[in-house]
Amino acid sequence: MNAENGSGKESASPLVIRDLTVAYHRKPVIWDIDYEAPAGRLIAIVGPNGAGKSTLLAACLDLVPRVSGEILVFGQPFRRQRGRVGYVPQRESVDWDFPVSALDVVAMGLYRRIGWCRPVTARYRKLALEALDRVGMAHLAHRQIRQLSGGQQQRVFLARALVQEADLYLMDEPFAGVDAATERAIVELLRNMRAAGKTVLAVHHDLQTVAEYFDDVVLLNMRLIAAGPVEQVFTIDNLRRTYGGKLALLDRVGHRMSMDVQLER
Amino acid sequence: MWESLDSWIAATGAVAASACALPGCFLLLRRQSLTGDAISHAALPGIVLAFLAAQMARQAGWLSDAGYEASRQLFLLAGAVVLGVGCAVGSEWVQRRGGVEPSAALGVVFITLFAVGLVLLRLIADQVDLDPDCVLYGTLENSVLDTVPLGSLVVPRALLRHLALFLLNLVLIGLFFKELRIASFDPGLANAMGIPAWLMHYLLMTMTAFTAVSVFESVGSILVIAMLIVPAATAYLLTDRLVVMLVLAALLAAASAWLGHAAALFVPRLVFPWLGYPQVTDASTSGMMAVVAGALLVAALLAGPRYGWVAQFLRRRRLATRIATEDLLAWLYRNAERGQALLPLESGRISQVTGMSRTRVRRAVGQLVRRRWIERTPDGLRLTAAGHTAAVNLVRAHRLWESFLAERLDVPAARLHESAERIEHYLDSQMLDELEAELQLPERDPHGSLIPRQARDE
Repeated sequence: MNAENGSGKESASPLVIRDLTVAYHRKPVIWDIDYEAPAGRLIAIVGPNGAGKSTLLAACLDLVPRVSGEILVFGQPFRRQRGRVGYVPQRESVDWDFPVSALDVVAMGLYRRIGWCRPVTARYRKLALEALDRVGMAHLAHRQIRQLSGGQQQRVFLARALVQEADLYLMDEPFAGVDAATERAIVELLRNMRAAGKTVLAVHHDLQTVAEYFDDVVLLNMRLIAAGPVEQVFTIDNLRRTYGGKLALLDRVGHRMSMDVQLER
Repeated sequence: MWESLDSWIAATGAVAASACALPGCFLLLRRQSLTGDAISHAALPGIVLAFLAAQMARQAGWLSDAGYEASRQLFLLAGAVVLGVGCAVGSEWVQRRGGVEPSAALGVVFITLFAVGLVLLRLIADQVDLDPDCVLYGTLENSVLDTVPLGSLVVPRALLRHLALFLLNLVLIGLFFKELRIASFDPGLANAMGIPAWLMHYLLMTMTAFTAVSVFESVGSILVIAMLIVPAATAYLLTDRLVVMLVLAALLAAASAWLGHAAALFVPRLVFPWLGYPQVTDASTSGMMAVVAGALLVAALLAGPRYGWVAQFLRRRRLATRIATEDLLAWLYRNAERGQALLPLESGRISQVTGMSRTRVRRAVGQLVRRRWIERTPDGLRLTAAGHTAAVNLVRAHRLWESFLAERLDVPAARLHESAERIEHYLDSQMLDELEAELQLPERDPHGSLIPRQARDE
């Protein structure tokens, strides 16, 4: 179902970002990003706090307005390819006191496929349960989500991404605040996804594990510092350039620009 | 006494309250409780303006008298919904432009609209039949007098209107249940998947405005606020499932209406003579509905299964007892280490030595005897084999934690014991194995006491 109406663009890169600039309402600013993600790789997005990593993902998903630039998902604008992109937001971005079970949350990944105004039937609940099983959480399917540990909550999010059966996954800090067992489970899951031909872009904080978990790396600090295979790009020199402090001028210009963007809206 | 008219009043109130409770659940979960409040206030100028517009249309001859009577209700609804939703839109605009907090923006907008509404209402109140009191408090008792025949029954028109509203809300929430759920829980994902969260936001705002203004004539705009949020909050305390929460909220709202009307009839006659005001014989039904809804919320706070204070109190006491029994067990073990296997029977002396209160000691001893971890002998208390196993694991936890603190965190020796006293109750055997591996099987703790190896009860 995912091979969109034979547009002949199957050879297109999963994600092409051209000349992207985002400045929006106190969110970190990103400047002139040009990037083409290679297919079937695990790609880490690395950079200091406030470097615009989450903003970059949000821009790819049309969640924040762009000042300029173009984003193509498998050769087409995102809005035509929603079904092929899976999103794992930061764990803190949702209210875990919400009265839903783990299974309910996973089933949310299927809402698009189920369609407007139709109920989540037993067939879809079974799919959700299978996804939970893949992350080792089937036994906790009916737990209220507040009663799950941080690692278990993250697994629920990953299961929700799995049921989307996307080809490109954007993940915002999937490893943040999880226990060692969950970290290993996530790594294994990512490798299975890669084996199935999926492409994963994940914001990652732990520099120690970048080389071990990922194939490619995108070094970001408001602008693209470097991108490519880990062994070529993940060098001390590049890291120093990435983490060498934000450029104060860029920050100030960006701030002023974000004010103007608000006024224009 | 309760007459058939009272049943109709209660039923009308119940249906109105249930209709409010449904969108109220989503408002509560989206932390927009204040929005419901704001919308029902902001609807006031809409009602007045729509009323004026309808009057002007009649005077200008655009509407016949009959047409005016027929469409008046629709005019009022439209005016209220437009201003109610306008309030939500306007406050978001103020929030973005002014860079102020969401609740502050909302407060500014709805209070202003409400004030404008009140001023308009006062200006025209003398010429028209729109009564400010009726807008604020509603006239549930009178509204049931306007009836229509339905088969062999004579049913209040208001009841039918509220029933239609309730069904409308039910259908809308049923249709958009999963869209409302995802847009409320994770708007980012909803947007990314092509389910626009803002659309759901405005669906809910429109529903709230429509509901608030449809029932305000019966129960008053102040009670609308109570019925939007209070039953939903009560239901939230009682369940972990969204569907159950919606059903419970509707039922609780209906129960508040029935109990509220009964209370309005009977409570004043009991209470006021005693207070010295025998002339007061009844109270406003809608006021009592709000009081009962509040009482139900308090009851849920006290007695709710998981978050209720009673449940929490019991859980805390159970934990305190567990800690006391474990402390006592460890203390017996340490005494046994020093060659003193038998301990005095009186709780008073144990209390003196261990620093636990007498009642706590008595409860802990009872608990340990029941579990057969200690036995009473004529000469004193003694650990059983099972008790010994349990005690070994506790003491092991205590001493391993002390070693860990001393070695890894450089905590000074004088402060080790206190921390370990607390932590020993929370370390399970898997964590202990990890600690042991981390410290490479330490022999003795920082105070020089032997760390016992793990004991398993076979």
